[in-house]
Amino acid sequence: MTAAVLRSRLAAFDVERLRADFPILGLEVNGRPLVYLDNAASGQMPRAVIERLVRYQSTQHANINRAVHHLSEIATGEYEEARRKLQRFINAREDREVIFTSGTTESINLVMQGYGRKFIGPGDEIILTTLEHHSNIVPWQMLAQEKGAKIRVVPVDDDGELLIDEYEGLFNERTRLVGVTQVSNALGNVNPVGRMIAFAHARGVPVLVDGAQAAPHMRVDVQELDCDFYAFSGHKMCGPTGIGVLYGKAELLEKMQPFKGGGDMILSVTFDKTVYNVIPHKFEAGTPPIAAAIGLGAAVDYLSAIGMDAIAAHELELLTYATGKLNGMPGVRIIGTAQQKASVLSFVVDGVHPHDVGTLLNQEGIAVRTGHHCAQPVMQRFGLAATSRASFAFYNTLAEVDALVAGIRAVQKVFA
Amino acid sequence: MAVTKALYQEVILDHNRKPRNYGTLENASHKAEGHNPLCGDHISVTLAMDGECIGAIAFQGESCAICKASASMMSAAVKGKTRTEADALTAEFRDMATGKLDPAGPHHLGRLAVFAGVRDLPTRVKCAILPWHTLHAALNSVARTSTEAEDDPMHAPIGGA
Repeated sequence: MTAAVLRSRLAAFDVERLRADFPILGLEVNGRPLVYLDNAASGQMPRAVIERLVRYQSTQHANINRAVHHLSEIATGEYEEARRKLQRFINAREDREVIFTSGTTESINLVMQGYGRKFIGPGDEIILTTLEHHSNIVPWQMLAQEKGAKIRVVPVDDDGELLIDEYEGLFNERTRLVGVTQVSNALGNVNPVGRMIAFAHARGVPVLVDGAQAAPHMRVDVQELDCDFYAFSGHKMCGPTGIGVLYGKAELLEKMQPFKGGGDMILSVTFDKTVYNVIPHKFEAGTPPIAAAIGLGAAVDYLSAIGMDAIAAHELELLTYATGKLNGMPGVRIIGTAQQKASVLSFVVDGVHPHDVGTLLNQEGIAVRTGHHCAQPVMQRFGLAATSRASFAFYNTLAEVDALVAGIRAVQKVFA
Repeated sequence: MAVTKALYQEVILDHNRKPRNYGTLENASHKAEGHNPLCGDHISVTLAMDGECIGAIAFQGESCAICKASASMMSAAVKGKTRTEADALTAEFRDMATGKLDPAGPHHLGRLAVFAGVRDLPTRVKCAILPWHTLHAALNSVARTSTEAEDDPMHAPIGGA
């Protein structure tokens, strides 16, 4: 894309109009306008989604898939319509490939329980990367411990880029699964998952992609990626907490064992034999978070109306601007300098612990995350216990980046 | 806002820049490691007990300014104190940091009262308490402690561990 085309697209991207959709962005914190830069942890919700939740609870709620009465039929219809919205959002082949979960963590645990416990055994190997969030490490460690399987880890270079040669060298005849994050939550790298998936498939190995930090920020096409599983969370992409998605290829989901037992995931139950329901219901035991699923459906409608490419372009401008500003600040060092990044800027300030940075920025109304970002192996790789992390959404502005820069200067002044 | 500014006042920043009793005692009779897994803060406390008295104390570690200043000021405050006096001070400090002790009322904390402001920053209370928690562990010959799970200083009794 040429600079001129990019500029004209950005001109059409009216960030102030979008900000007006988010009631919470009008808050003041410590007497200053809120500058919300903790989007990688959780995003904010636009009025359209809030109102959708209110409308559902006010006029449409009942339990789904059960009764023949009016409200139950409406609720079931809306819930399944939300599933189709999510199917279109990630371009899944069929709606039954979209399973509603409580979030990315549960999605990954579902793959571990449903696929891993059935198809991974003693001596088998799982490939993960240094960049994984704890939620894509710990379930596999639990499985490895239970089954006597082994975890192999793809290292990163000093920029935080995955070493793809090393990745390819980890494969052997015992490799059973690859788990990789599309975007690192701690550093912001966009990993070459397409290439990694093609390599794994050439060896008959399925791939689980953690899309928690990718789905809110870029167009996701699971058919183009050809991933076997794709996990993401609603609350990072304008939706409610407590809802997320596991996409899985139908033939894999059908081979898997159920994750949780209960109502709705069965066709018939006797004390002699229970027959499991078809996918996706096989994996949705009990009453699901119906309102949250419908809210997430409204959230992807909202995002699609803006356009994921427009969102990605605006966020890239924010990231590029912020990277330039922070690189120009003496005593500030950016952690994670990969070529391709999305929306995340991790940094350290010389002589100031990230928690002090976070507390003092909060004094200016600026919300950043400080700590290990639930990705301790990445932190260990860079010899850090913690960083400060600013993470952007499409509703952030260049002026908010300026506020961050001024805030960091104020921190340095306190500690000078 | 004023609270945060007050907390990061000169005395805390001074102890962060020039921590007192920083290092490890080679002739330590008691030592403990304290860890806050939520933020990665890590601190070691070594003591040379002279009977019931803390003859010498040193601390070392990687931590935020609030934790480091708290450790520095703690080391100055408890040196020469008896185990019982140190425990009493630890209990008072914890109560002040958690808002149970009014720093305007009677107490023995002296300049340590500058940490009163952490009560308004719930996520930072444990930063200030970690050194005291580690001191308590060292005095009771506990090698390692943490700010989380069963070692959580918010719940663990002080004085009778």
